Amino acid sequence: MGAQVIIGEEAATRKDEELEGSGASAQELITLNHVHKIYQMGDVEIHALRGVSLHIKPGEFVAIMGASGSGKSTTMNILGCLDKPTKGHYYLEGQDVSKLTKDELADIRNRKIGFVFQGFNLLARTTAIENVELPLLYLGAKHSERIKRATECLELVGLGQRLHNMPNQLSGGQQQRVAIARALVNQPSIILADEPTGNLDSRTSIEVMGVFQYLNRERGITVALVTHEPDIAQYAKRVVVFKDGKIKRDYLVDDPRSASEELESLPPVDVDETEDDE
Amino acid sequence: MNLLLTFKIALKALSRNKMRSMLTMLGIIIGVGAVIAMIAIGQGASSQIQSQIAQLGNNMLFVMAGSSRTGGMRGGSGSTNTLTVEDSEAIARECPSVRMTTPGVRAGGQLVFGNQNWSASSGIMGVNENFPDIRSWPVTSGEFFTEGDVRTSARVCVIGKTVADNLFAGVDPIGQTMRIRNLPFRVIGVLSTKGQGQFGNDQDDTVMVPYTTAQKKMLTITYINQVMVSAISPSATFTAENQISDLLRQRHKLGPNQEDDFFVRNLTDVAEAADQSSKIMINLLASIAGVSLMVGGIGIMNIMLVSVTERTREIGIRMAIGARSKVIRRQFLIESITLSFVGGLIGVLFGVAAAITISRTLSWPTLISPASIFISVIFSMLVGILFGYYPARKAASLDPIDALRYE
Repeated sequence: MGAQVIIGEEAATRKDEELEGSGASAQELITLNHVHKIYQMGDVEIHALRGVSLHIKPGEFVAIMGASGSGKSTTMNILGCLDKPTKGHYYLEGQDVSKLTKDELADIRNRKIGFVFQGFNLLARTTAIENVELPLLYLGAKHSERIKRATECLELVGLGQRLHNMPNQLSGGQQQRVAIARALVNQPSIILADEPTGNLDSRTSIEVMGVFQYLNRERGITVALVTHEPDIAQYAKRVVVFKDGKIKRDYLVDDPRSASEELESLPPVDVDETEDDE
Repeated sequence: MNLLLTFKIALKALSRNKMRSMLTMLGIIIGVGAVIAMIAIGQGASSQIQSQIAQLGNNMLFVMAGSSRTGGMRGGSGSTNTLTVEDSEAIARECPSVRMTTPGVRAGGQLVFGNQNWSASSGIMGVNENFPDIRSWPVTSGEFFTEGDVRTSARVCVIGKTVADNLFAGVDPIGQTMRIRNLPFRVIGVLSTKGQGQFGNDQDDTVMVPYTTAQKKMLTITYINQVMVSAISPSATFTAENQISDLLRQRHKLGPNQEDDFFVRNLTDVAEAADQSSKIMINLLASIAGVSLMVGGIGIMNIMLVSVTERTREIGIRMAIGARSKVIRRQFLIESITLSFVGGLIGVLFGVAAAITISRTLSWPTLISPASIFISVIFSMLVGILFGYYPARKAASLDPIDALRYE
């Protein structure tokens, strides 16, 4: 697997030409250039983003922090191609996606972005493997291909034994891992996680962060996650702090926490509460 | 994203909530079932009336000799002998609404063939060569007598099926000679089966001879008992009735104050009215059933709208992972069409079962027409498209960010 496989060589050379004078560089996966976002609420204009510039290289693990209303969610929506900047440019793998149509954005989301949400957002009454293959269905992949890749991704997040479980038969941590597998299945350029540990207890949070760290370290997958918990941010390699629609701080974490080491030090009780049920 | 995959997605979404899908289909099932059953009942009644009309003959009227009045005593109808062959010919010639006529001379008597004998319950009828056409009663074997046979008072006869079976058991009657009232007749044809008449009489238990033969050789009379008339069309029977009445009053020289010495009976008219009312009945039943189909459609729209709201988050997820609006719209449209189509098919089964049950238990004739099945299935699909479009468009127009945040 490996998400960066998608950034092939021909894509890289094409990018060099496109990026002349844009301020984006060929090595960058994500480039936000002076992005503004203004919402019109009746007569009131809400300036959610006031000139955000952000560069993310392949293989990074970025935590985006900030209080509510700081603009981190808006940034996340723009990064995820769910929303478009009012002003400024967003280059994803060198492609300016700030001016694309709704359908083109949908295709970009399908091919290049994997989402992980706070509330897992799995389809109810749908097995883990069917949830994971969903992006491939919209891609138009063949049945055998879908099953193969979905199975691989579920195995990758440690749910190889749970392929046919419904979400309500899985623990919160397992559901989030299904969601991560779904985010992985289209081999995206980046995984965007919006408060992925928000609904989980601390131990399960560490487990899920462990999955992200594993994917980032062992598979070279780029991860950007939004969180308001400082200790969760410490699992990332880099932290970007938002305040009032601008980036206030952007620093590298000297010594990121290691989820796997921490898990080992924890007592091995109820590692996976449902795992032992059967 | 091809249509087949969208179809798969829609089917999966439907199967995820089977109870709701079933309830949604129920409206269409009842609607289509009702349409099929109602039309089957209506058409069954109509076809029965149609066949009764066909049995009566070809837009047929009867002219019977009227009652006689001798002093204060009146005889029954047909008891006078004022009706003549000339009347029959004049009706054919002078009434514009009349296509053709035949005189009718009734006789009774024993039929003998070899050592068998038989008395035809529907009697011996003297008619002319127009009879098979007027009564829509062709021969199955042999042939009917010709104008020449009538002119020459030939001793030929055409027998009904019952007579053929009873008198000629095991023998081909054609070409045989039988005796009617002790006169030898050559059998030249056998009439097709007509079944029971209006009063339960066996119409096939009869013998047809040229009316001239009946008048001269059997009964030695000059009058006739009745005239059978065929009008030019079903609706013309009414005008024909008036024309015949006027003509006969004139021919029989009846003054303005005198009663008719004949009766004109228009059976087609009554049957036509019955047919008309049964057709009105079909339309009425079908429109009531159509309304219930419409209500079923609105039910689909209702559920689909609720479902769009309920599944807002699901729509958000689908959009976030790359479903285009068009694909979402198609998915919901396919869902509603599938519901209405499958509902329609189940409805057809229900309707057919209901029609069969009704015809078995109430012995009411039903006729299931393929057209009504086809039309109601197509119509139910149209209902699915019509009432599925708005919810589908609503689903597709959702903003993914809002949809994902929806609680």
